[in-house]
Amino acid sequence: MSDPVSALGGQSFDGFAKVSEIGPVGMISLRCKLAEKPLAAALKGIGLGLPDTRRILHKEGRSAGWMSPDELLIILPYAEVGDALASLSKSLANVHHLAVDVSDARAVFRIEGAKSAQVLAKLSPVDIGAMAEGELRRTRAAQVAAAFWAQEGGFTLVCFRSVAGYVMGLLSASAKPGSELV
Amino acid sequence: MSTRLATGGRLIDRGVRKSFTFNGRRLIGHEGDTLASALLANDQMLVGRSFKYHRPRGIVAAGPEEPNALMNLGRDDRLEPNQRATTTELFDGLEAASQNHWPSLEFDVGVVNNALARFLPAGFYYKTFIHPRAFWKHVFEPIIRQSAGLGKAPKSRDADHYEQAYAFCDVLIIGGGVAGLQAALTAGEAGKSVILLEQNAHWGGRAPVDGDMLEGETAEEWIKSALDALATMKNVTLRNRCTGAGVYDHGYVLANERVADHTPGDGRPKQRLWRIRAGHIVTATGAIERPLSFAGNDIPGVMLAASLRDYVVNFGVSLGDRTVVVTNNDDAYLTAFALIEAGLSVPAILDARAQAGEAVLARAKAMGIRVEQGRAIAKVKGGKRVTGVQICLQAGEGAPIEEIACDAVAMSGGWSPVVHLWSHCGGKLNWSDHLSAFLPDLARPPLGQDGSAMVTPVGAALGVYLADDIIAATKAALSGQALVEDYAAKAPAIPPVWVMPQGAPIQLRSKMWLDYQNDVKVSDVQLAAREGFESVEHAKRYTTLGMATDQGKLSNINGLAVLSKALNADIPQVGTTTFRPPYTPVTIGALAGEARGEIFQPLRRTPMHGWHEANGAYMEPVGLWRRPYCFPRGSETHEEAVIREVNNTRENLGLLDASTLGKIIVKGPDAGRFLDMLYTNMMSNLPVGKCRYGLMCNEQGFLSDDGVVARIAEDTWLCHTTSGGADRIHGWMEDWLQCEWWDWKVYTANVTEQYAQVAVVGPKARKLLEKLGGMDVSAEALPFMQWADGVLAGFPVRVFRISFSGELSYEIAIPASHGAAFWEMLHREGAEFGAMPYGTEGLHVMRAEKGFIMIGDETDGTVIPQDLGLSWAISKKKADFLGKRGQERKHLADPDRWQLVGLETLDGSVIPDGSYAVADGTNENGQKNTEGRVTSTYYSPTLKRGIAMGLIKHGPARMGQTVAFNKVDGSTVQAKIVDAVFYDKEGAKQNV
Repeated sequence: MSDPVSALGGQSFDGFAKVSEIGPVGMISLRCKLAEKPLAAALKGIGLGLPDTRRILHKEGRSAGWMSPDELLIILPYAEVGDALASLSKSLANVHHLAVDVSDARAVFRIEGAKSAQVLAKLSPVDIGAMAEGELRRTRAAQVAAAFWAQEGGFTLVCFRSVAGYVMGLLSASAKPGSELV
Repeated sequence: MSTRLATGGRLIDRGVRKSFTFNGRRLIGHEGDTLASALLANDQMLVGRSFKYHRPRGIVAAGPEEPNALMNLGRDDRLEPNQRATTTELFDGLEAASQNHWPSLEFDVGVVNNALARFLPAGFYYKTFIHPRAFWKHVFEPIIRQSAGLGKAPKSRDADHYEQAYAFCDVLIIGGGVAGLQAALTAGEAGKSVILLEQNAHWGGRAPVDGDMLEGETAEEWIKSALDALATMKNVTLRNRCTGAGVYDHGYVLANERVADHTPGDGRPKQRLWRIRAGHIVTATGAIERPLSFAGNDIPGVMLAASLRDYVVNFGVSLGDRTVVVTNNDDAYLTAFALIEAGLSVPAILDARAQAGEAVLARAKAMGIRVEQGRAIAKVKGGKRVTGVQICLQAGEGAPIEEIACDAVAMSGGWSPVVHLWSHCGGKLNWSDHLSAFLPDLARPPLGQDGSAMVTPVGAALGVYLADDIIAATKAALSGQALVEDYAAKAPAIPPVWVMPQGAPIQLRSKMWLDYQNDVKVSDVQLAAREGFESVEHAKRYTTLGMATDQGKLSNINGLAVLSKALNADIPQVGTTTFRPPYTPVTIGALAGEARGEIFQPLRRTPMHGWHEANGAYMEPVGLWRRPYCFPRGSETHEEAVIREVNNTRENLGLLDASTLGKIIVKGPDAGRFLDMLYTNMMSNLPVGKCRYGLMCNEQGFLSDDGVVARIAEDTWLCHTTSGGADRIHGWMEDWLQCEWWDWKVYTANVTEQYAQVAVVGPKARKLLEKLGGMDVSAEALPFMQWADGVLAGFPVRVFRISFSGELSYEIAIPASHGAAFWEMLHREGAEFGAMPYGTEGLHVMRAEKGFIMIGDETDGTVIPQDLGLSWAISKKKADFLGKRGQERKHLADPDRWQLVGLETLDGSVIPDGSYAVADGTNENGQKNTEGRVTSTYYSPTLKRGIAMGLIKHGPARMGQTVAFNKVDGSTVQAKIVDAVFYDKEGAKQNV
């Protein structure tokens, strides 16, 4: 079997901020009523906890993001998805839920540098300055759906895999040297 | 003549020269000049020809209200038409050309229209070109367009790039004059997040030119201290060269920043459209001076008084040595004073009022300026430039008293507050008799989401004209205090002077221009009133007043005042036309933003997209996806490639990238019940491990989507949808689950992009998979319409035994991250079996040979499954499903509905796409009756003849009959009605 290849094979662009496609990144879409009691234990079983509304919680290389009142996004190393799915399936056996591997359905970008927020401010109708600590924002990047959050001196952005090239184009155009907003 | 003065010019740097051209002539200006000031410095007073009469026109204003000095800027891929010289900052190498002249600016044949002016009155086009009707399109319009064009449309792709950006703030202040700066100071000190926009490169508005004193400082000093103070506030952002263009609901504002208009080619975005969401909007947009309507007020050399002063003070440019000032207010006297201080001559101030303000009168007297009160201009003398004015009584009919030689006229008819942005979102206006202007009515503001005022106007935009009042009133307004004083009433009165002289006869009124850009005169508006155009909106459209690119910034108030007089109504009764965004034109480039070229729209790519491109695929759009239509080899045409691909798939082995196929997981205790509602047939009784073809209809009963459903586990199904339907069907499912059946325990996930999918098709398909090894793909282990998880050549796969081609076929899903490698491996390993990729056209041809329907071909939103012979897929047992009741309606249950059949042309040709079956007789519109239409039509490489499917009236009952289909050339082609399955009707080939 081949090694998994992310949508753009790790393309990057150096503008007034650095844009890189990263991955493959493991992702699980978990749908379940967040008030279900076994959920906390299920998340603990994969080393995570329940994120607050509209927040993302990071723990030792894994993250849990709040996507909607009945949807979480679990982020973890690509190779660990299978085990995590099995663990969730076991702990949630008696709870109506849907846990599905979406690692390959997504593309993930990092936007890094002191001015990385400006790259996103050109594409997403988001008041980035007003984002709370640990806030995950589901929004759009120009014409496509996207979600992003602040992380480690920059931002991590997730979009659908098929439009990775479009999003790379957007981020690169936005990060073009000379087009800084301030 | 206009010229550069020896001294003065607060905005220019005389040490830095900028070279530019006008109509090919090389000219020199300075750093800090606008194109307009640089043209005037070079005595270029004639800058264009008017729209209708081709009259010579000069620069009238110094700001965005300029109607005349519209230029073609740049060339080729940087050509921009209709750019205002007054707002264009000069840069080295700027190329400008005047518009609307032929053959040259100096000598223009169109000026003959001028002589014929009395034959071109208001409504001329409507009256003249209405008959005969056909002439408008073919004769009149082309000629009029030729002779009356403004700028040239660019023909090259724009070399520059544009972008948009989002911003948020508590308070957005539009206008960086004294009022705007004070608003920013007050809001900033209160800790609000503030964005302050200024359309010019410079801050402070016109206060420095007017020599205002502010809180004990000169205007220059005050502005500097304000900017210094604002610079220390982290919560305040200043952005110059940025015009607030439009105010919309909920504090949404569009602003256009001219980032690199003045530094073309430096790599920065040319313009940036800001999309700002503001908690509150402050309009500090100032006021625009109005022209006076006297005969010859459009001759080059006649300029707005304050603008003339701007050129002297800001740019050290004079319009002429001898300037006559004509006014109805005190403000214009400042122009006379500035001219005298610059060492120029003012032969007279003609004040239409009987009594001027005492202060200015005294100062004029002290400076030795002759002031004539109650006087007017009867007419301006001159052609391409002013040579003198005839003076008359304002109260009279224009009999000349005296003629004064001069080379410039500074006119002021008072000021109109810029209420556009206040009005965009519903702010109402009151007419002020005191200022002869419309002012924002603070009691009727545009409302925000909480019902409170969304916009606060300050400064001159509110009719607060006096410098100290502006500061006090702005502070109060931004602190949320009600205005205690009637500041507008405190300012000196500006009496109405709409026509000069007031009793001017038609000879004079037909030379008084209201709208310079659209060539509308006082006499035109009066004629419109006489002809019954009483509504200001009708009069506007009839005369074209205010309909040019300047949107009537100078002409609207004067025009409606003239109209109201002609109608014998008050101005408030006549009202204004509607103020609509944008305030000044915003280029399409900025509105498009980043969306051009590669990122014009999202292009969806499968994991194998790169392979397709590298292997010469001819791509076609499928939704936002690009899919290979075919893979031409060597010199093959697309048609030849499709034939080869179909034949190879039927004889050997074809590989199709089917990754775009929609894949939705549906899970939960109620999932079976849910799918039974969504699909017309039963899905709940599908055994785990098996596949079933299903149809989805909308509530009306029309066929919406189709695909194969696989039962993955006891509580889990995988629904395949069409490529274009995946997102729509997922949304459809969520809609029902969230809004209607919210208590059903069902979750869905759209995993379309999680998997690459490959159809391995053809008699040798199994051989290839057996060679790869890893799982049992035999007919016994994996029969038709079943699926299995397993491994092939080390790849984790899910294999579906389904066929859309009629051949032995495996559709193999694999995680997208392995898709490209798996696809390449299949080609490598399949080579010995003759593996070839095939595209969407081959797919279409093969499914048509099998009589399989395609959503979007056989369906168009008006077709029900029963029309397509799919009654077998509609459950009779189920109590309900979406579309069931819809299909029971009379029209949908009508036996006369057109129904699907196969069609074989008698001559073997291919029926044209979209062709209709022609029936006897004609309908009530005189069109031929029809009895059916083609839905899919192809050349079948397998049968070596044209085949088609179509919907025909009583089709299935008419097997063997012939029907006639129309062709593009008007003839018809005969086709025999046959079964829709042309190939392997028994289905033996796919079930081996």
